[in-house]
Amino acid sequence: MIETIAYNTAQVLFVMAFAPLYAGVLSRLKEMVQSKRGPSVFQPYFDIFKLFHKDEVVSDQTTWVFRFTPYIVFVTPIFVTILIPVLTAYPLVFAFMGDMLAGGFFLGLGGFFAGLAAVDTGNPYGPMGASRTRMVGFLAEPVFMIVFFTVSFVAQSTIPYIVQQQWVANIGAFFSPAHMLLLIAFLMLILAEGGKIPVDNPTGHFELAMIDESKGLEFSGRGAALMKWGGQMKFLVLTCIFLNVLVAPWGLAASPAIQDVLAAVPLILVKILLFALVLVTIETSLAKLRLFRISEFLGAAFITSVAAMIASIFPGV
Amino acid sequence: MPTTIPEALNTLCAGLILITAFAMVATRQVQGVVRYFIVQSVLLAASSFLLAYDHNSIHLWALGAITIAAKVLAIPWVLKRLLPSDFYERREIAQAVNIPASLLLALVLTIFAEFLTGPLVAAAQNVVVSVNLPIGLAGILIGAYTLIARREAIPQLIGILAMENGAFFAGIAIAPELPLIAELAVAIDVVLIAVVVGLLTRTIRKTLGTTEAASLSELREEADAWR
Repeated sequence: MIETIAYNTAQVLFVMAFAPLYAGVLSRLKEMVQSKRGPSVFQPYFDIFKLFHKDEVVSDQTTWVFRFTPYIVFVTPIFVTILIPVLTAYPLVFAFMGDMLAGGFFLGLGGFFAGLAAVDTGNPYGPMGASRTRMVGFLAEPVFMIVFFTVSFVAQSTIPYIVQQQWVANIGAFFSPAHMLLLIAFLMLILAEGGKIPVDNPTGHFELAMIDESKGLEFSGRGAALMKWGGQMKFLVLTCIFLNVLVAPWGLAASPAIQDVLAAVPLILVKILLFALVLVTIETSLAKLRLFRISEFLGAAFITSVAAMIASIFPGV
Repeated sequence: MPTTIPEALNTLCAGLILITAFAMVATRQVQGVVRYFIVQSVLLAASSFLLAYDHNSIHLWALGAITIAAKVLAIPWVLKRLLPSDFYERREIAQAVNIPASLLLALVLTIFAEFLTGPLVAAAQNVVVSVNLPIGLAGILIGAYTLIARREAIPQLIGILAMENGAFFAGIAIAPELPLIAELAVAIDVVLIAVVVGLLTRTIRKTLGTTEAASLSELREEADAWR
């Protein structure tokens, strides 16, 4: 019992510690592909450190929503972390508190408050970004739902720890069309939810074209640091759900022994690095979509997920 | 559920073939359509090599080789040689139905294919058939749909070829011992279709300046009116 609580804490610490590194590695790899030098992979840590030591400026036009939002955005990915397998392949103490749907709700809560805070400031760019994020969000919602339906149909459960066992239990299940289609649908979702290039340009500085970034424009000091860190953790959590639950639980600790859990840390990091390479390939080889093309992109994700569902429902396949 | 590794990899190919079929419906660029067709043909060849290994069938080895030679190498080369390069650079190709609606229709066709092949799959009790038959039929239907919905000559041709890919993908599962002569005949046929359509398109384009099927609807009497 003590052990599993400790491991659960270790998972949270893992996500908190490596989320900025993941963001740094992603941007560094992207710069390398574009033959630029780019900042160090540790730059996000420096940024967060710097922001924590700066004064916070809060407009007197804002309400409590604006003040609370950074904390909510920071805490919700942590709640999701205790529900999903990050380091261990067996369920930990909070594993049965909530399923993947609960994780989706938690991340949605963070997004909801970030949107509210952006509207709260009265900055013209904030609400614009918030409404665009909502647009992407509600287009992504049905895809999430269908992915969960498919997963629950295949694995007879939506608890992440049980789902991940499904893909290694039988080699046929891993290579089945349903699994492949599901992976592609979820990858498209990650690109949309994480504000990556075909949907949104995370490095853009042009306010009119921003989707995700413009919500954080008004935050400063500690608030900005928490928003930034929270956003990075959210993306790492989404990646962990994708890699550890939906792709395959390779590299996760199989036994409760401490050395296994410690060995899982570098293995998971290698897995995430490989995924980062895929992500960078996608991001550098595609152009950002026009705003009204995003519905087509997520429509394609929806079609893919429904195809996954029918491939898993019909007999034999 | 597949049990051996070749069968499992075959189901992987099946899933990817379905995805490339969707991608051919979704993409706006002529170049993209051709590229997805090449990927689909490579997957088809891979699938037939895997099944050849599994069944120890010389026919399927030959079929895979023919697919590579005809569809991965010959047809793209022929199209590239016959048509000027601005053909491939064209984006936003004309479509009768817009892309999201097309994708939904492709999805409906896939469901229809699964539904239609359900009894056959249940009767066959064979893992490979259960994967290849519905997805092959879905490939045929989606290819036919591409043929109807696209208004450019080359994507229409690719629609025909994608139908053919679907038919082969279902065929290698239900009739692995198809005589080689039939396969050869089809493979040569397919390349000939590509040559004929390519030449025809080039001539039409030279005469009319466009290859959009929609603008070819009127029949005029004097040759001068065409220019």
